[in-house]
Amino acid sequence: MSTTTQKPKLKTSAMIASIASEGQKTQSAPFGHALVELAAERPEIVGMTADLGKYTDLHIFAKAFPERFYQMGMAEQLLMGAAAGFAHEGAMPFVTTYSVFATRRAYDFMHQAIAEDKLNVKIAGALPGLTTGYGPSHQAAEDLALMRAMPGMTVIDPCDALDIEQMVPAVADHNGPVYMRLLRGHVPLVLDEYNYKFELGKAKLVRDGRDVLVISSGIMTMRALEVAKELARDNVDVAVLHVATIKPLDTSTILREAGRSGRLVVVAENHTSIGGLGEAIGTELLRAGVTPQFRHIALPDAFLDAGALPTLHDRYGISTNVMAETIKSWIS
Amino acid sequence: MDTSIKPTRADLAKLMDHAYRIRRYALLMGEVQGQGYVGQALDIADVLAVAYCHAMTYRPEDPKWDGRDRFLLSNGHYAIALYAALIEGGIISEAELETYGSDDSRLPMSGMASYTPGMEMSGGSLGQGLTIAVGHCLGLKRKESDAFVYTLFSDGELDEGAIWEGLMSAAHWKLDNLIAIVDVNNQQADGPSSQIMAFEPLVDKMEAFGWFTQRVDGNDIEAVANAFDAARNHPEPKPRMIIADTRMGCGVPFLEAREKNHFIRVDEHEWQLALQALEAGRTA
Repeated sequence: MSTTTQKPKLKTSAMIASIASEGQKTQSAPFGHALVELAAERPEIVGMTADLGKYTDLHIFAKAFPERFYQMGMAEQLLMGAAAGFAHEGAMPFVTTYSVFATRRAYDFMHQAIAEDKLNVKIAGALPGLTTGYGPSHQAAEDLALMRAMPGMTVIDPCDALDIEQMVPAVADHNGPVYMRLLRGHVPLVLDEYNYKFELGKAKLVRDGRDVLVISSGIMTMRALEVAKELARDNVDVAVLHVATIKPLDTSTILREAGRSGRLVVVAENHTSIGGLGEAIGTELLRAGVTPQFRHIALPDAFLDAGALPTLHDRYGISTNVMAETIKSWIS
Repeated sequence: MDTSIKPTRADLAKLMDHAYRIRRYALLMGEVQGQGYVGQALDIADVLAVAYCHAMTYRPEDPKWDGRDRFLLSNGHYAIALYAALIEGGIISEAELETYGSDDSRLPMSGMASYTPGMEMSGGSLGQGLTIAVGHCLGLKRKESDAFVYTLFSDGELDEGAIWEGLMSAAHWKLDNLIAIVDVNNQQADGPSSQIMAFEPLVDKMEAFGWFTQRVDGNDIEAVANAFDAARNHPEPKPRMIIADTRMGCGVPFLEAREKNHFIRVDEHEWQLALQALEAGRTA
């Protein structure tokens, strides 16, 4: 008998994990390329980062416009304060770091130096929600709740490369501070198949369906579209309403779609169940007296585990497979 | 003004008059509310007189003029002093001081940019001003502007990590258009600053961080004026630091002698006595 046993290969965690599924169409660094294109026309744009240029795709901007790129070192409070000062002088800073560091570490600087003065600072946070298996230090499960609570802040959770590409010029046209979740590296391209166009402040019905309405933001829209395809095989017809702008919320579109009778409404978000899209929509539905059957797919109110991202997405119910099973269980 | 020439005796006499009126306006505002950070206003009046009536370039009728020198008040609770300086500089009217701290006033008790002409930032969350000043300086350099950015913060703010982020970055970016002033009055909310969190030797620290550093008696108006001139004219591509040792309550002896804390208590009948004491000191 053989004495050696082959150990199964362990799934490992990584700080930067791809959210693209195998064989999925992707686009490289949509944020960096879109910003370079826009900055060619808008000289007031500068790029600033806190030692994460390479990891937020801002290095592409830095290479194209070295004299307009400001490396502020690993100092997020300085990053936000200096961005405010820069904006006071008429510049439009695009500021990048990880979502955790922007929202948790530098919150007061965004609140006081940027938002209170309604300054034109555009903050892009990478690794939003659960998009890294590195553990709570890097998992920004509560970034949307924090940023929604800040007066005057526009908050965006894009789905894919197309969303990001179109979001960049739109946030530049918007006068005021913006927090946008950032997907970087090889970013899935999904919405190009759905005749979709990003509009700031607008929710978009990406796919219609009779039985279930999924209202989602960010990568959960990508998941919802995959779930819709899967459930179609079981003759369950799933509509997907993509809410890329979390604040201000497109309440009228949400109420119209949620008010269509006979559909289960499922809000799906890559975010803690507290303070994000689900609670925002629940409040609006109650306020308007629209009361469909309502379910919520979100991350738990917990410090999330470290591990491989697919494992964690399964564990917390935001993978396509688990989400499809969950929705099936709700309608059976 | 030719800044290479030291202020004359007549210039200094004028500056002392400005400082006197800044102290007076601050006391009048304190009287309106029956409270206010007048101890700090009295200690920083000489620095503000030099800033607004000697060093800075601005147009009182156009506080947003792009060529102006910027003054960022990080310690928002010193707003009572800055309003007094803005009155003395002609940016807001003396009549307005009667509204200090009242509902709908442009002069709230903590300074905010959106409320007051000439107020460049919203202070109060201490330790932010220097980081914002760094951004202004980078923006001004990008615009090829000659304007200076002044920022005032207090010794207590040295406890905040963001100050040290600002100190490092200003030297890294060679911000020779930045002039920071630290008010060392050795008082913060819970007690003497040096006991709350030891910050000395401050000159050594600032120099080690790459700043052109001067330490002066912040209530010696000639020394302050000379320090501002030297800061502006310094040839090295470095940010400039003025450490101003000040005395809380300066100019009103009975307040200066009062047991020190962050918030000097002034009883209702004492406001007029304080104004009289200030006046007496001026004519003495």
